[in-house]
Amino acid sequence: MAHVLLRHRDIDDLHKLSVYQDNGGYEGLKKALGMSRAEVIDLVKASNLRGRGGAGFPTGLKWSFIPKNAPETYVLINTDESETGTFKDRELMERNPHQIIEGALIAAYAVNARMVFNYIRGEYMDASYAFEDALRECRAAGIVGKGILGSEVDIEFYTHFGAGAYICGEETALIQSLAGNLGQPWSKPPFPAVEGLYRKPTVVNNTETLANVPAILVNGPDWFKQMGTEDSPGNKIVCISGHVANPGNYEVPLGTTYRQLLAMAGGVRGGKRFKAILPSGGSGPIITEDALDAACSYDGLTPFRSVMGSASVIVMDETTDMVWAALKMIHFFRHESCGKCTPCREGTYWMEQVLHRIYAGHGTEADIKLLESVANNMTGKCLCALGEFATSPVLSSIRHFLPEYKAKVSSAAHQAARASIPVAIG
Amino acid sequence: MLRDKYAAEIDALLARFPDQKSAVLHLMHLAQNEYGYMSHEAMRDVAGILGLDPTHVLSLAGFYSLFYEEPTGRYVLEICNDLACALRGADDFVEMASRKLDVPVEGTTNDGLFTLKTVMCLGGCDRAPMLQCNLKFYENLDETKFEALIAELRAKAAAGDTEPSVVERIIGYVEG
Ligand SMILES: Cc1cc2nc3c(=O)[nH]c(=O)nc-3n(C[C@H](O)[C@H](O)[C@H](O)COP(=O)(O)O)c2cc1C
Ligand code: SF4
Ligand code: FES
Repeated sequence: MAHVLLRHRDIDDLHKLSVYQDNGGYEGLKKALGMSRAEVIDLVKASNLRGRGGAGFPTGLKWSFIPKNAPETYVLINTDESETGTFKDRELMERNPHQIIEGALIAAYAVNARMVFNYIRGEYMDASYAFEDALRECRAAGIVGKGILGSEVDIEFYTHFGAGAYICGEETALIQSLAGNLGQPWSKPPFPAVEGLYRKPTVVNNTETLANVPAILVNGPDWFKQMGTEDSPGNKIVCISGHVANPGNYEVPLGTTYRQLLAMAGGVRGGKRFKAILPSGGSGPIITEDALDAACSYDGLTPFRSVMGSASVIVMDETTDMVWAALKMIHFFRHESCGKCTPCREGTYWMEQVLHRIYAGHGTEADIKLLESVANNMTGKCLCALGEFATSPVLSSIRHFLPEYKAKVSSAAHQAARASIPVAIG
Repeated sequence: MLRDKYAAEIDALLARFPDQKSAVLHLMHLAQNEYGYMSHEAMRDVAGILGLDPTHVLSLAGFYSLFYEEPTGRYVLEICNDLACALRGADDFVEMASRKLDVPVEGTTNDGLFTLKTVMCLGGCDRAPMLQCNLKFYENLDETKFEALIAELRAKAAAGDTEPSVVERIIGYVEG
């Protein structure tokens, strides 16, 4: 199958402007500039492209929320990518940067933005170099800057480096960080489309979302909808990591099953048996064997009480201690909680304490209930989705693997350990 | 002091943003490279350039993991031991690194060359074990490759290399 997103795997040197242009590059932009802004938005709407950053919001609809006559609007590319198990935007940015620039230019034209900011996580050095190199070529060729492609439209790009904070991937935190403030979310409304960067109407799109846009302009919405499923059209980059033979990015039509994905990645490595998948990095509930035939799509995991998210598929084999895995996850969320709201700040702290106690063999039966109670008390009470995400590894691991928790709190060895070791962690 | 050394670059950087405050993280990256870590002097320097309260810069330094509030070794080895990497042996890798360097995690070697840290996901999970050292990724590592890396960095340091990678990036970026 030819790639739509990871095209650099089919075409050598696609990161170079000349090669990109020889392969249809910037034709989508040309087409967009020949249309009215409203027509571009309607076309993207018709494709039913949905956000690839995790939430799946329809992209054309998001663009349509930007007030028509706003004097100043912005487009932000979200390349903060810090979810455990996620490395797709990195590959796109490093190897196919022009497709992102083209997508962002089309978005900027559609919402009448003269400035595009790319928020790249500070650790992605190679990605930012590749992006800057591509921008330099675009400026020299009149594709970025004043009067792009000979039109009356001016669009400039600004690269911004984060400095290590997962929460800055959340759109309002990203906006705060970009403005030089602490990267903490605000409670919506106001939505960024109304009041975003510098309080101006702002579109925030994931890198991969924007990389879909050029081909939609060139080939039309019907072409796009031939791929994937009715509710989840198009291709998706799935990041597969963990206990598989060949971890990496795989571009597949949405609707591909998790079993197929597992097979593509060479199956569970070392001949071990499959145990579980975290389908959305650390943020989505764990799924097990019974969900393997579910579709990797926006609603495919609903019957299994989980979500596709940004499709970061972490595979775990039979040797994985699920209490350990839950502890790893909750450690991440405790570390990354921005601390703004109490349920998340305190809840992640206590869940880590209690899980650590259970894992280290000092736990009791009551601690399992306590964990659930802390998690349930966070649900619906946190300011942003991180607090919600943090409950899912805990609640879903208990739901699927309660016997493992029970074994940790009841074995003779653990009873003895509990008697001999102090309870607090650092 | 930062301003004196990088006057043209900083002017160009500030001119890029509709609001100068947006340049604060860039300036902090630059300052950290200059001062070695986010010392109070470094924070005051950044705050002075932007006319911000130094406590604001202090709060940012505490918020973002790429800023160090304590002095570090010349090379900061940050190994990812987050879940996806840990499933592929990252925790054992951290232990091995700690043994080879003879420092605990968060420690700095006696010669001041290496600080060992663990970090959350860096987006290299398919190439675990992996680490970042002064913002450069080293991936698909094992014990042999780790030893080779340490030897290479020791040799570089002996040759007087200061790894100005962050400065290069910011300056390269400003020059557009
Ligand atoms: C805690 C948290 C972290 C997030 N991290 C990212 C991220 O790294 N990249 C991203 O594109 N979206 C991330 N999102 C989702 C963004 O808030 C936003 O929905 C997305 O960038 C919108 O773009 P899209 O509609 O193109 O997907 C995150 C959300 C939350 C709550
Ligand atoms: S839910 Fe957590 S991360 Fe989100 S605003 Fe509250 S404290 Fe911050
Ligand atoms: S979990 Fe280590 S790089 Fe992603």
